[in-house]
Amino acid sequence: MQRTVPLLIAIVCGFTMIVSFFIPAAQRSGDDVAEIFNILAAVAFVLGGGNLLKIHLKKVSDQAAGWGYSLITVTAFLLTLCVGLFKIGANPADRYPGHAWSGEYSETGSAFWWIYEFVFKPITATMFAMLAFYVASAAFRAFRAKNTEAVLLLGTAFIILLGRTYAGVILTDWLPDSLSGLRFENLTMTIMNVFNTAGSRAIMIGIALGTASVSLKILLGVDRSYLGGGRG
Amino acid sequence: MYEFFRDLDRRWIFLLMFLAVSVPILAQLQFPEKPTGLAESTFREIDDLPPGSRVLLAFDYDPASEGELGPMATSFVLHCAAKGHRMYFLALWPVGTRMIEQKIDSVLRADFPHLVYGQDYVNLGFKTGNEGVIKLIVSDFPRAFPADIQGTPVSDIPMMQGIRNLLDLDLIANVSAGYPGTKEWIQYAVTPNPSDIRIVAGCTGVQAPLMYPYIPSQLPGLLAAIKGAAEYEKLVMDRYGHLVHAEDGRVSGIYAEGRRRMGPQLIAHVLMVILIIAGNVIYFVGRRREARS
Repeated sequence: MQRTVPLLIAIVCGFTMIVSFFIPAAQRSGDDVAEIFNILAAVAFVLGGGNLLKIHLKKVSDQAAGWGYSLITVTAFLLTLCVGLFKIGANPADRYPGHAWSGEYSETGSAFWWIYEFVFKPITATMFAMLAFYVASAAFRAFRAKNTEAVLLLGTAFIILLGRTYAGVILTDWLPDSLSGLRFENLTMTIMNVFNTAGSRAIMIGIALGTASVSLKILLGVDRSYLGGGRG
Repeated sequence: MYEFFRDLDRRWIFLLMFLAVSVPILAQLQFPEKPTGLAESTFREIDDLPPGSRVLLAFDYDPASEGELGPMATSFVLHCAAKGHRMYFLALWPVGTRMIEQKIDSVLRADFPHLVYGQDYVNLGFKTGNEGVIKLIVSDFPRAFPADIQGTPVSDIPMMQGIRNLLDLDLIANVSAGYPGTKEWIQYAVTPNPSDIRIVAGCTGVQAPLMYPYIPSQLPGLLAAIKGAAEYEKLVMDRYGHLVHAEDGRVSGIYAEGRRRMGPQLIAHVLMVILIIAGNVIYFVGRRREARS
């Protein structure tokens, strides 16, 4: 029963979506399923929060390696959650001035806004910016012309790196119009439009065929691995 | 000398990258931009629409990608406002709403104060469900977004009157940092309705190669990374820059961010090329020495 009901839900919802795509009269049913999916996705946020708490509180309780980071994670999570839920520092909405909690939780000046602007935003931007340093280090240490494939990759990287900036124009602008195709910016376009597109399309077609195959297996109940706990 | 470079502490490379990025920023180094075909087609898609057209602005990115995507989002909003289009903002990323608020504050409220919320632009906020949301708004927009971000029912918002589904909008302008993003908008909105829904997009450099297969029939315009943003920004400012000039002739820095960020990018890219060459020289010198010994 535990596995049959979810299996039936998946089969019914899956076939409803397919039927609604091809038969306009069934479109409403497809919309119902899409709406259920959106609601479930919202519930997944709650499950995700619960899971995060469960894993990190266990780590803190066991004092496992790196439990200090888990403590920071749990504290930051609960603090942000409370600040947002209780709309700390947010003013009531203009339409409901008598209701303290009617305002927007993230309005400018509220505690949630402060956390976003001065904690979340700088931290995520810094994390992303750090990539530049590691990529530079990796380029120096790992990007070697060891064989033909590596030489091709290196050549492509040079053209793209220079062609995506004004450096490409400076270096190859002197080429006559008859050889304009060899200018870095034009070579970049050729690589992206021809070689990249051809490769990407091949990969995409492969992925699409694989997705269709896996979807069919799920819809027909052949593949039940998503239910967990092995075959049943 | 060889040993020094072979065993070079990576902190020297970090320092070089730091200087390559920070010096052009401090020196306000800028280079001319020559718009490519993709930036021009993106510009034309928005510019050729008659004033008053309905444009959906889907901001699916977060602060981590703001450096790359923020300038193109600014230019999209400026372009739509300058052309007099009606703007429908929404986000499939939770923090996308903050990105929307930021652009509404810095562009619409600052330089187009005559635009009225609910009549010229509306913020529909974030909705969970990823591509599920796209599928739903393709057939029933108010069902997915029954109210705007402030909780006002869409039936009370003048510019939402007559919007039954995505087909009632004239163009989607998507700024995307990953999943869900441009790919999902193309697959679930444009592909099933190729003659009714058009899209232009701006995405990160990492995503761009994955978008090229959709060009031009499914994706007529694409801004790839900060380079695409700088090119599009130039096109928009060349045509509509006069609308955002202050009385003293100055323009807010946000309308030059794309081009300004190309300065550090150029120096950083040149440094990367030098580092790759240097690394390979050291590698081959090392191999020759090994062969000799």
